[in-house]
Amino acid sequence: PHAGPVESKNEAAMSELVPEPRQKPVVPMKPMGINTSLLGYIGIDTIIEQMRKKTMKTGFDFNIMVVGQSGLGKSTLVNTLFKSQVSRKSSGWNREEKIPKTVEIKAIGHVIEEGGVKMKLTVIDTPGFGDQINNENCWEPIEKYINEQYEKFLKEEVNIARKKRIPDTRVHCCLYFISPTGHSLRPLDLEFMKHLSKVVNIIPVIAKADTMTLEEKTEFKQRVRKELEVNGIEFYPQKEFDEDLEDKTENDKIRQESMPFAVVGSDKEYQVNGKRVLGRKTPWGIIEVENLNHCEFALLRDFVIRTHLQDLKEVTHNIHYETYRAKRLNGNGGLPPMTVKTEENHESNL
Amino acid sequence: QNVGCRTLSLSAHVGFDSLPDQLLRKSIKHGFCFNILCVGETGIGKSALMSSLFNTNFEDSPSTHFLSSVRLRAQTCELQESNVLLKLTVVKTVGFGDQVNKVDTYQPIVDYIDAQFEAYLEEELKVIRSLFSYHDTRIHVCLYFISPTGRSLKTIDLLTLRSLDSKVNVIPVIGKADSISKAELQEFKKKIMSELVSNGIRIYQFPTDDETVSEINTITNGYLPFAVVGSMEKVKIGNKMVRARQYPWGIVKVENESHCDTIKLRRMLCTNMEDLKEKTCAYYELYRRCRLEKLGCRDIGPENKPVSLQEVIEAKRLAFCLEMERKEEEIKQRFLQRVNEKAAMLEEAEQQASMPVLTKYARLMLMHQEEELKLEEKKKLLEDEIAQFIEKKAITVSIQSQVSVSTPVVSLK
Repeated sequence: PHAGPVESKNEAAMSELVPEPRQKPVVPMKPMGINTSLLGYIGIDTIIEQMRKKTMKTGFDFNIMVVGQSGLGKSTLVNTLFKSQVSRKSSGWNREEKIPKTVEIKAIGHVIEEGGVKMKLTVIDTPGFGDQINNENCWEPIEKYINEQYEKFLKEEVNIARKKRIPDTRVHCCLYFISPTGHSLRPLDLEFMKHLSKVVNIIPVIAKADTMTLEEKTEFKQRVRKELEVNGIEFYPQKEFDEDLEDKTENDKIRQESMPFAVVGSDKEYQVNGKRVLGRKTPWGIIEVENLNHCEFALLRDFVIRTHLQDLKEVTHNIHYETYRAKRLNGNGGLPPMTVKTEENHESNL
Repeated sequence: QNVGCRTLSLSAHVGFDSLPDQLLRKSIKHGFCFNILCVGETGIGKSALMSSLFNTNFEDSPSTHFLSSVRLRAQTCELQESNVLLKLTVVKTVGFGDQVNKVDTYQPIVDYIDAQFEAYLEEELKVIRSLFSYHDTRIHVCLYFISPTGRSLKTIDLLTLRSLDSKVNVIPVIGKADSISKAELQEFKKKIMSELVSNGIRIYQFPTDDETVSEINTITNGYLPFAVVGSMEKVKIGNKMVRARQYPWGIVKVENESHCDTIKLRRMLCTNMEDLKEKTCAYYELYRRCRLEKLGCRDIGPENKPVSLQEVIEAKRLAFCLEMERKEEEIKQRFLQRVNEKAAMLEEAEQQASMPVLTKYARLMLMHQEEELKLEEKKKLLEDEIAQFIEKKAITVSIQSQVSVSTPVVSLK
C-alpha cells in the first residue's frame, strides 16, 4: 500500500527508531548590521553561552492538558511521550473507578531532568469530559480552569512588589483526542475546539490509530482537516503567528500534511528484530509506537517536545495571555469577575 | 516552587534537553540589545573609549565647554558577531562638569535614567501592549569617567555617583589613563576604591557565584576602577593597523593589557551582559514599586485589607475625568457669558445704527421747524414791540406840538 505523505527517509527500514529531527541551524539566514569580525573580535557572541547557563540554572516549566473521552488512551499517551509513569492509571481499566459526574480538572506536577535540563512538567487531566449523557457545555470547566491560570499569572504581574520569576501554571498545550470513528468529527469535538482554540493552543490527535488502515487514516485526516477549516478552528501552529518565511514553510507542511497526528500509545516493551521497542502486541503483529510506518507518535513527540516546546510557551505568553489580560483590564469585557483560591490569604489585586 | 511534585526518572530519551537550544534559537532570531551610559566631563575620552571598545565610530562633533546645563546624546548602532545581532545604544553626557555652578548637574542624568524606566513602565501598563517587540531603552550599565588627576575623587564625582548607584549598575573608569604613570596608578586606584567605600557608594561587582567565572571575576574586581585609554585613530605597527595613541616617546596601544585596562573592560562587559541586564531589571522593579506606590497603589490598604490596583487606577481615572468635565463646563459657561455680553452690545449698536436715515432727517426737519416757529414768534413779538414804540413816539410828538409855543422846540432824536 502506498505510504502516506508523512513518510520520511525510512522507506527501506522496517523497524527503525525515528532519527533525530534535522538540527535547526542556529545561524539566521541573512546577516545584518556591521560585521565586527572584520575589525577584530569583541566578544559579543558570548552572550549565547551566558543565556544558556542562565536558562539551565532556572529550569523550565511546561503544562500540558489532555482532553478526550475516557478510554481513548490519554494517560498512556502522556506516559509514552515522557517515557515515565506520569499518569498513575494502570493499563488495565480499573472497574472500581467511577466516571465522574462532571468534568474534573486534575493537575499533577512532576520534576524531570535530562541532559542537565530541569523541567517541571504538569499534566492536567480532564476526567469526565464527554462521558455524560448530556454533555452540553462540558468544556466550560476546562475554559474556566485555563482562564483561572491566566488570572493567577496576571495577579502576580500586577503586584507592586512582585516575584523575580512568576510561577507559570498556564496551560501551554492542550492535546485533544479525537475518536477514530473514521467518519468525521463529532459535534462535541467541534464545539470544544471552537471555544477553546481562542484561549489555548490546541493540538488535535487521533487516538487509537491502530484501528485504521493507512488509507482510512489518510482519508480521515483529510476530512478532519477540512472540517476544522470549514468551522474556522485554528489549531496550533496557528497560521497568523508564523514569524517568518522559515516558520511558515515548516508549519505549513505540518498543518497541511501531518496534522492531526494519528497516534498509538504504549508503555510496554517487546522484542522486535533484536531491539526492545515500545509497542502493542496483537495476534496479527506488534504495533511499534515509534515506527513511523505504523503510527505518527514520533512526529507528535518531536513536534511537541523537540522542536516546538518553547514556541508553545511563547505563543501562550505573548498571545493568549495578552488577549486575556487586555480583556480583563478593559473592564471585565464579558468575563465574570474572578475569585481565585490562592495559597495566600489575600484576594485578587484586580 | 516544586512542593508537591514527584521527581520522575525517565526510562528513555525524551528530547526536551533541546529546550535551551530552542530558546536560544528564538533569542538569536529576535536579536539582543544593550544600552550603555557614559558619564564624564567634556573631553575625558568617552567617544574614543566607546569607539575602541566596539570597533565602531561613535564620534560626534566635539562639544563646547559652554553649555548651560547637562544634556544627553544617544547613538544606536547594530553590531554582528557570528550569529549574534546586537543593537547597541551609547548615551553620552554633554557638558557635564562644565558649569560654574555645578549644583544639580547630575539631575538630567538621573532624569534620563528614570525616563527610560518610565517608558518601559508605561508600555507594561498598557492594555494592549507588545512587550515582546518593545525596544528596551533601559540603561544596563553606566560607565563613570574619573579624571586622571592622580589624587582623589572630586566632590562632583561623589555627588553624582551617590545619586546614580541606586538606579543603575555603575562601573567607574579612569579616563585618559595614559597620563598617569604605573606607580601613581596603583595608588590612585586604591585611593578611589577606599573613597567609594567610605562614602557608601555601591558600584557593580562582577558576579562570583558561578564557579566557572568566579575566579576570573574576583581578579577583575580587583582591577577596578579600570584605567582606560581609547583612540579613534589607528597607527601602523609592523604591518597591521592598530588602535593606538602615538607620542614622541612611544606608542600607547589600546589593546595591550599592559598599557591599559581597556581590553579588560571590554571582556568584562561582554561576558557579563546577561548579569548586567538582570540587575537592571531589579533596579527597574524598585523604580516601578516606588512609582506605583506614589500613585497611591498599595498591595495592602488601610486596615490591612488588600487594595485593588485596578480600583485605584479606576478611581484616579474617574477623578481625572470629573475634573476635566468640570473644567470643560466652566470654560463653556464663561464662553456663553461672554457671548451673551457681546451679543447684547452688538444688538444695541445695531439698534442705533439700524435706525432708518429718513427718520433722522424727519426729526431734524421737525427740530428745524420748531426752531423756525419759535423764531417767528420772537420776530412777531419784536414787531409788536416796534409797533408799540412807534405809537408811543407818535403820541409823544403830538403832545410836544401842543406845548411847543412856550417852550423851545426840543428836537426829539
